[in-house]
Amino acid sequence: MLKDITIGQYFPGNSAVHRLDPRFKIIITGVFIGMLFSADGFLGLAVGAVFLLISFLLSQIPLKLMIKSLKPIVPIILFTSVLNIFFLDGVPLLRLGFIKITDEGLRTSAFMIIRIIALIMGSSLLTYTTSPIILTDAIERLLSPLKKIKLPVHELAMMMTIALRFIPTLIEETDKIMSAQKARGADMETGSLVQRAKALTPILIPLFVSAFRRAEELATAMECRCYRGGDGRTRLRQLHSTGADFFALGLSILFLDAVLLLNCLIG
Amino acid sequence: MSVIRTENLTYTYSIGTPFEKTAVNNVNLEIEEGELAGIIGHTGSGKSTLIQHFNGLIKPTSGKIYIDGQDIWGKDVKIRDIRFKVGLVFQYPEYQIFEETVYKDIAFGPKNMGLPEEEIDRRIKEIAELVGLHKENLYKSPFELSGGQKRRVAIAGVMAMEPKVLILDEPTAGLDPKGRDKILGQIKDYHRHKKSTVLLVSHSMEDMAKFADKILVMNKAEVFCYDDTPKVFARSEELEQIGLAVPQITRVFNRLKQSGIDIRTDVYTVEFARKTILEYLEKRGGKNA
Repeated sequence: MLKDITIGQYFPGNSAVHRLDPRFKIIITGVFIGMLFSADGFLGLAVGAVFLLISFLLSQIPLKLMIKSLKPIVPIILFTSVLNIFFLDGVPLLRLGFIKITDEGLRTSAFMIIRIIALIMGSSLLTYTTSPIILTDAIERLLSPLKKIKLPVHELAMMMTIALRFIPTLIEETDKIMSAQKARGADMETGSLVQRAKALTPILIPLFVSAFRRAEELATAMECRCYRGGDGRTRLRQLHSTGADFFALGLSILFLDAVLLLNCLIG
Repeated sequence: MSVIRTENLTYTYSIGTPFEKTAVNNVNLEIEEGELAGIIGHTGSGKSTLIQHFNGLIKPTSGKIYIDGQDIWGKDVKIRDIRFKVGLVFQYPEYQIFEETVYKDIAFGPKNMGLPEEEIDRRIKEIAELVGLHKENLYKSPFELSGGQKRRVAIAGVMAMEPKVLILDEPTAGLDPKGRDKILGQIKDYHRHKKSTVLLVSHSMEDMAKFADKILVMNKAEVFCYDDTPKVFARSEELEQIGLAVPQITRVFNRLKQSGIDIRTDVYTVEFARKTILEYLEKRGGKNA
């Protein structure tokens, strides 16, 4: 059951979006978020949506997957839209006792729903088309100017990489330990909340012990290979930006401009 | 009566995804009570998946498993009771140890069974002696012990439940030859002492030859054969075809036969090899004289 959890929802492929330089992809995602938040009206959002549609079509990610990424935010969408529908002032369209629905309320909630959905889809597209390791690599590169103010950028990125790398390992380990304790008659499914919490001890202690063991082994292995932090370290994966990357970035900025222009024209 | 019986047992991983894989395919098996059997096969041949069916950790995709004649996925069966009947020791079992003392850790299984304190105490002392754990070690933290000792604590933890069937998945993995022989010997002692059924998964043909009365060979998710050890090793050519190395000593005898020496080939322990060679020499020597 634990094996069904997917983390870092990377969907391997070789589309134009997959091949983009991850640094540019992060920046473009930022520009896209900029579009969504600077849009004043539906027309502005539509421009953002078109940009999303183009990237989505280019990425060759199945639509089913994109819709799946929306699942966890359904409660948030419902909550905000309900609040907006019922509590915004405006011309009432419908009255039911003390409940009233206004045109302004409907408008705002529709606007918010579209914005949230586009936001989640856009950022999912980034994680779907970029493997977590490459993503951290790119983040490290983008943050590297912060080294000037003594921020340990390389160390932070390394921590993220290691954490990502060990999530599947630890999930597998948890699965194994759970099976082993179940084989000794551990009962994790019945009993009161306190009993069930107690029943976790036989799983958590071996898990911690093994996490420490792995950390120690990893540290030794890194030291054996003369790891000593980021200074002067070269990379296995060099990031190269090509014309396509600049084109994609230019395109996204053009779209952002269109949104801003629309705001001026309409507002 | 057979203690474990399976009927068309099939298990498929990740059904409906691109990763779909049949790990156990249509397995029909009968394991008699009191047997000391080995399960052998390549990595990925389905042996670990198969044994996890025997105590209900995995539910089969199709087919039935009977323990003591009882369908374990039947209506009135509590799966926990099945787990007390069929004890399973996983690979690298020392990683499941969690208690403050060795004593408490071995007691975990029997306590889950709801046994009275005195009975638990009796079992722990008996099993500790059987697996060669000293009394003073019982009250130490298990994390202070050596790797081999930890492994024996973990195995003792399952043995103390006194299951009708004890299954061990690669109990000797990662041990040196001496530690390997020691643990195998202790498992054999347990079998003699308790008269229970013992199944041992291994990929070492040498271990199997020394240890098991019967051998179950798994190949590509299916049962290749389940027979008495000598009969299995007599099919050494077929075994090599499916990529299983027969014991070195068996290979020596196969070569002898190939080079024209009239000698039997169902030899799989060094002890027996010595006897066979002496017999052969005597026979030949007699002719010469």
